[in-house]
Amino acid sequence: MKPAPFAYHRPTTLAEALETLAGESYAKVLAGGQSLVPLLSMRIAAPHALVDINAIPGLDTIEVSEAGVRVGALVRHADLLAHPDVRRVQPLVPEALAHVAHATIRNRGTTVGSIVHADAAAEMPVVLSLLGGSVEAASTAGTRTIPAGDLFLGPLESALRPDEIATSAFFPALPAGAGVAFEEISRRQGDYALAGVAVVVHGESVRAGFVSVSDVPTVVDLTGVPDDELGEAALAHLDPAEDIHATADYRAQLVRTLVRRVVTKAREAAA
Amino acid sequence: MSEELHRIRLSVNGVTREVELPARRLLSDALRHDLGLTGTHVGCEHGVCGACTVLVDGRPVRACLMFAVSAVDTEITTVEGLTREDGSLGPVQQAFAECHGLQCGFCTPGFLTTVTACLRENPHPSHDEAREMVAGNLCRCTGYQNIVKAVERAAELADPQHDDQHDDQHDDQQSDAPVEVQP
Ligand SMILES: Cc1cc2nc3c(=O)[nH]c(=O)nc-3n(C[C@H](O)[C@H](O)[C@H](O)COP(=O)(O)OP(=O)(O)OC[C@H]3O[C@@H](n4cnc5c(N)ncnc54)[C@H](O)[C@@H]3O)c2cc1C
Ligand code: FES
Ligand code: FES
Repeated sequence: MKPAPFAYHRPTTLAEALETLAGESYAKVLAGGQSLVPLLSMRIAAPHALVDINAIPGLDTIEVSEAGVRVGALVRHADLLAHPDVRRVQPLVPEALAHVAHATIRNRGTTVGSIVHADAAAEMPVVLSLLGGSVEAASTAGTRTIPAGDLFLGPLESALRPDEIATSAFFPALPAGAGVAFEEISRRQGDYALAGVAVVVHGESVRAGFVSVSDVPTVVDLTGVPDDELGEAALAHLDPAEDIHATADYRAQLVRTLVRRVVTKAREAAA
Repeated sequence: MSEELHRIRLSVNGVTREVELPARRLLSDALRHDLGLTGTHVGCEHGVCGACTVLVDGRPVRACLMFAVSAVDTEITTVEGLTREDGSLGPVQQAFAECHGLQCGFCTPGFLTTVTACLRENPHPSHDEAREMVAGNLCRCTGYQNIVKAVERAAELADPQHDDQHDDQHDDQQSDAPVEVQP
């Protein structure tokens, strides 16, 4: 299957990209293309124009500070995963990234693209939500910061407007004494998860983010919940769906098993 | 309605070639149809099978998930670019042939490009790392055991330390005896 025709723009500055985007009636930003190109090839989407941001300099930087990790729009998953300092500041980022697709997909796919694509089966939107991160968005009207809590509106729907380009995402640092862990179950290493759980434990606070068990990336506060009730407490906020790979019951069972295991691991990491 | 064409230069296997194509031409199709490099295979066309994997600036990527127009300013290596200067097989190709790492060969170009790049990054993979290297590529024929063996053999062949004694040991394993299956 081949994509329908589209006009192709390859701007070399952000300003030019934003002008072009504002001037098109139905345009899409092309970053890594690892989610967009399949949608075009299957003709699930047929935008009139693509604005390829790959030739814009300055969008491929990773800034690590004591406050956290800022990831530019052209940073590939593979480069973020390989960065030597990210793990020290926010270990959940590399732990979850290792589960994002296969290495070959990570070589091209961007972490920011994955976040704004807003797939509830993807790891990084949930990680951004759980950590309370944010996305910087630019348009010809200016820039704004969208907190993760306001970013995910529905299945594959983010709060980014059609004329906006996400220029970076920010993952706050892990506070001293806190611990994180991530695990998922997939049919093959590198495939989308049947279910995945990320946990941050800090003092009494226990928060968990769930991959692939709701329509939107979901974070649940599990503070004060006894260990043997963690699964049911989480499931009260989730809506596992049935598909060809797993029944809803099986997904619920994965949530029960994983959440306990991951909370335990995060506590050990905190200790 | 006639479609706008883009005249671009692509650098493939060290040669720069000029092509004229629509923006929607996938890199995999540009390689096969516009440049005649049919070594790159197309299976699923949505990033899952890995048959179309080529190296872009040395890294394996799916050619079916890139538009040719976005591959300007990159160095592309296809399976045709993996042979040595004199036309003989490169170490990864040699290892796949020796270890019977292919049957129908449809998936093979994607494995060869992927493994070539992975061994450059990690020349001495453990057995698990060798398995991980090929985990993103689908093969319908082989059951993967011989592919993983080929990865390990390719690491040996590419290693300048490796000597003839190594070769002899290996040749012994290449008898008709059933292949050793590691858990
Ligand atoms: C076989 C396969 C398996 C995969 N498995 C997983 C997996 O297990 N987990 C996972 O999380 N992902 C998986 N992915 C998806 C992959 O992680 C992609 O990298 C990611 O979904 C999108 O990033 P991208 O840069 O490729 O974005 P693109 O495909 O270029 O874009 C995706 C969408 O986001 C928009 N967009 C992208 N960047 C911006 C920006 N800066 N500003 C505004 N809009 C933007 C595009 O317009 C488009 O709508 C898989 C992909 C494939 C092909
Ligand atoms: S054809 Fe590109 S991954 Fe299958
Ligand atoms: S050898 Fe036939 S698909 Fe791999």
